[in-house]
Amino acid sequence: MMALFLRDVRLGLRSGGGALIGLVFFLAVVTIVPFAIGPDLNLLSRIGPAVLWIAALLATLMGLDRLFQADAEDGALDLMRMGERPLELTVAIKCLAHWTATCLPLVIAAPLFGLMLAMPPKALGATALTLAIGTPALTFIGAIGAALTATLRRGGLLAAILVLPLCIPVLIFGVAASAAATGGTVPFATPLMILAALTLFSMVIAPIAAAAAIRMLGE
Amino acid sequence: MVSGPLRLAASDLAIARGGITLAAGISFALASGEGLIVTGANGAGKSTLLRVIAGLLGAAGGTVTLEGGGDSWPDVAAASHYLGHQNAMKPALTVAENLAFWQSFNGAPAATPDEALEQTGLSHTRDLPYAYLSTGQKRRISIAKLLLNERPVWILDEPTAGLDARSSRDFAGLMGRHLAGGGILIAATHVPLGLDNLKTLEIGAPANTGPDDGAAQTQAAAP
Repeated sequence: MMALFLRDVRLGLRSGGGALIGLVFFLAVVTIVPFAIGPDLNLLSRIGPAVLWIAALLATLMGLDRLFQADAEDGALDLMRMGERPLELTVAIKCLAHWTATCLPLVIAAPLFGLMLAMPPKALGATALTLAIGTPALTFIGAIGAALTATLRRGGLLAAILVLPLCIPVLIFGVAASAAATGGTVPFATPLMILAALTLFSMVIAPIAAAAAIRMLGE
Repeated sequence: MVSGPLRLAASDLAIARGGITLAAGISFALASGEGLIVTGANGAGKSTLLRVIAGLLGAAGGTVTLEGGGDSWPDVAAASHYLGHQNAMKPALTVAENLAFWQSFNGAPAATPDEALEQTGLSHTRDLPYAYLSTGQKRRISIAKLLLNERPVWILDEPTAGLDARSSRDFAGLMGRHLAGGGILIAATHVPLGLDNLKTLEIGAPANTGPDDGAAQTQAAAP
């Protein structure tokens, strides 16, 4: 299983892998917001966590199309289905590798990009933490859409549209936790716990759903 | 290579694609050391049959069973190498990385990637990205993959596509060794594989038996 994890991380980081594209897309979204909103530092620092979260959500969804598509195209997915390990486990490992290659760089870059949104240090740290806890949920939920559209050409956009509604709770609690860190009436831990619960929940449910979708594709 | 005697049998198998029955009443039985050649016109259902046998596709009727596999090979999928039309290799990784991944992923390692490359005569491509290879070389790497992990059943779909005459002969040697070691082989092909004493199964044609046995037979698809 370690071999699969390392292979997918390596493929993600190598040319054509798309990990870097996601990071650049993330940067692009964060950069254009101050241009559109204007140089109102108070406003920017207040909406900063939300902007980082929306950018991370879009960057994550954008990178999902290659999660299963490449393996479906070259026949590797067939061999993975025949393997002795449950397909659910294979799917979960692929999701973890995908998260490591595409989302982890976003989490690391988020505090840096947050500076452009005039976010205070406390908010930067809190947003990075919520992204670290919440983005696995986006990857795992997105895997369901990626599995359903693995054999479709241009299926990436369809996958993104399919899973976007399912990602809304993660977005709500992610932004809520980030905002709670710098004030407000709710303690930081409450939305953070719900966010963690969403991630754990999706880690269990999504591999089962995605594996079922992949088995259906073969038919 | 294989511990006990195995028996791979299909009884009254029906295969369908998109709700249309391609062939029905397919029955055959293969013991250790036996091979089956599946022939038929384009679209007759050769690939579909192989995918059904490999467990990648559900059968429209009938069953495929593997007996004698014990705990190591509980079902046909676990006991099989499936070589499809695609080679299941990543262009961005080197040949050695690709082979090392499949060996580690599939379990029950046999030959090392270097040994497998030597047997297919491609040692010099070891550190090249897979994308740089020619079509025939890519196919041979895919054949080298068969040697990496111990699997008693080889299910091969047009295995010699893209191979030159010499590579085809070398591959016939590998298949011969696999059969001699007690393996089972099922191949769909249009061209002779260069092996003797194989059973044949023609799908999409009226009840037709091979020249040397009566075990393999099938009926034409419903009109």
